[in-house]
Amino acid sequence: MTIPAVKVSDISKNYGSLKALSHVDFSIDKGSFFGLLGPNGAGKSTLINIMAGLTHASDGNIDVMGNDVRRKWRKARNALGVVPQELAYDPFFSARQMLRLQSGYFGLGSGNYPWIDELLERLDLGGKADENMMKLSGGMKRRVLIAQALVHKPSVVVLDEPTAGVDVQLRKVLWEFTRELHGDGHTILLTTHYLEEAEALCEKIAILDHGKLIANETTKSLLSRYPYSYLHLELKDSSSALPEKIRDMAVSFKGRNVTLRLHREKDRIGNILEALYAAKVSFSDLRTEVPGLEEIFISLTGENND
Amino acid sequence: MINLRGMYTLFSKEVWRFLKVAIQTIVTPVITILLYLLVFASVLSEHVEIYDGVGYTLFLVPGLVMMSVIQNAFANNSSSLFQSKLNGNIVFMLLAPLSNLEVFIAYTCAAIVRGVLVGISAFLICVFFITPDIYNIWILLFFAFIGSGVLGSLGLLSAIWADKWDHIAAFQNFVVLPLAFLSGSFYSIKSLPGFWQKVSMLNPLFYMIDGFRYGFLGVSDHAVMVSAVIVSAFFILVSTLTLVTLQKGCKLRY
Repeated sequence: MTIPAVKVSDISKNYGSLKALSHVDFSIDKGSFFGLLGPNGAGKSTLINIMAGLTHASDGNIDVMGNDVRRKWRKARNALGVVPQELAYDPFFSARQMLRLQSGYFGLGSGNYPWIDELLERLDLGGKADENMMKLSGGMKRRVLIAQALVHKPSVVVLDEPTAGVDVQLRKVLWEFTRELHGDGHTILLTTHYLEEAEALCEKIAILDHGKLIANETTKSLLSRYPYSYLHLELKDSSSALPEKIRDMAVSFKGRNVTLRLHREKDRIGNILEALYAAKVSFSDLRTEVPGLEEIFISLTGENND
Repeated sequence: MINLRGMYTLFSKEVWRFLKVAIQTIVTPVITILLYLLVFASVLSEHVEIYDGVGYTLFLVPGLVMMSVIQNAFANNSSSLFQSKLNGNIVFMLLAPLSNLEVFIAYTCAAIVRGVLVGISAFLICVFFITPDIYNIWILLFFAFIGSGVLGSLGLLSAIWADKWDHIAAFQNFVVLPLAFLSGSFYSIKSLPGFWQKVSMLNPLFYMIDGFRYGFLGVSDHAVMVSAVIVSAFFILVSTLTLVTLQKGCKLRY
């Protein structure tokens, strides 16, 4: 039997009477791209902190590459690279010095310096590598954090909200780099507030809500949980009478704009267009919309992810 | 298996850190000592003889040097670890495969290096005022190392428990500073009334300074072997307390 990259076994964490995590249980396959989603306060960061040894669980255990994070903590930490959510840095050092120090903490010497140089290049930090961290922009600091997590070539990379507060351009660069990491064979665990990010990158998604695991399945299967798509029509004449069958599908009327909700399997756009043609209802524009993770997320957690 | 390279990296990072701000960490305490010497030695040297043949300046030099050694060892660890906690960059150390013992050794050794460097610099300044014959360099080094080890460990402990800079300042100003000033740095406790002599002997910093002074002058208020045992026992006590605190994860690993 293949050992999973990460095995979360019945983890609970209590802060006094507050249950931050309650019997969370799932595993992440080696080489997979896994998304961990949930609204603020759902317990995502607590779970990651337990995985990284920054927090101790009240109950249960987590294995990283088969190593219990409490009992075989040295091996577990060697297998894990964590990009923390907070933009932390040491104001005394440059990016290159930070990476060399981090490499040293993992027991690696100057033999690892070529890899550090490669990381600096790949993350487009080469030109600023010897600048003090205080002088770098927020985006640059974020890249240094990513490089620090990768400095010891971990099998599992945890990215805790890596694109929070970064501009669109950098977000794309980070997406691309994350895809490359996955392509290189790393197991990726991503937590994010950007659901389109999770939808585009992750093969499997777990959703936490109020410390409980409420979904854990492939992205495709999760998306298929919401069986509807939408058809937006701009009618030529707002007084046009829609056929009764189509009127039942309408979820919104705004002047000449009508939105129809279609069951993905039962309703066909072709049939609707034919019915409109037969009823002599003409339209000047149409647009389809396939709901994404956002809708699934809201329907499962009952709240927006912002 | 010990992560020797990891421990050495953390130690050298801590040394590197305080060397990057050497004006604050080395030069400033030396200037403070210079001022103490100018004020106390020039005013009192003609009037006070502490031990037979030992004038006030000669008596004062080892006390001042050792006081700066231990104060700087404390300041090194308390400020460095607390700043890391505040900035959040402590996470880099906590994520690494470093044991609590390795973290403790790395920080304590860095505090010792800072303490001893300040001590050497302070001594070099003192040479302008007086040329003390060092009675026993090994005894002197023993007390310098173990004294800065104790205060380095205390610095670590206070940084772990502190939630704000005020807590560090309170520990430094209400505990370390009074203990250092009331430890016989500026006077022999034999000149105190009986009750205050007994109170002074409850102060562990007294034994550090008294033993260190013995290494310089070959005379002290208390038997040097007793001082060595008391300081060693205190080092073991404080180190154990710090290690237990690290092991429990108090305020570091929630």
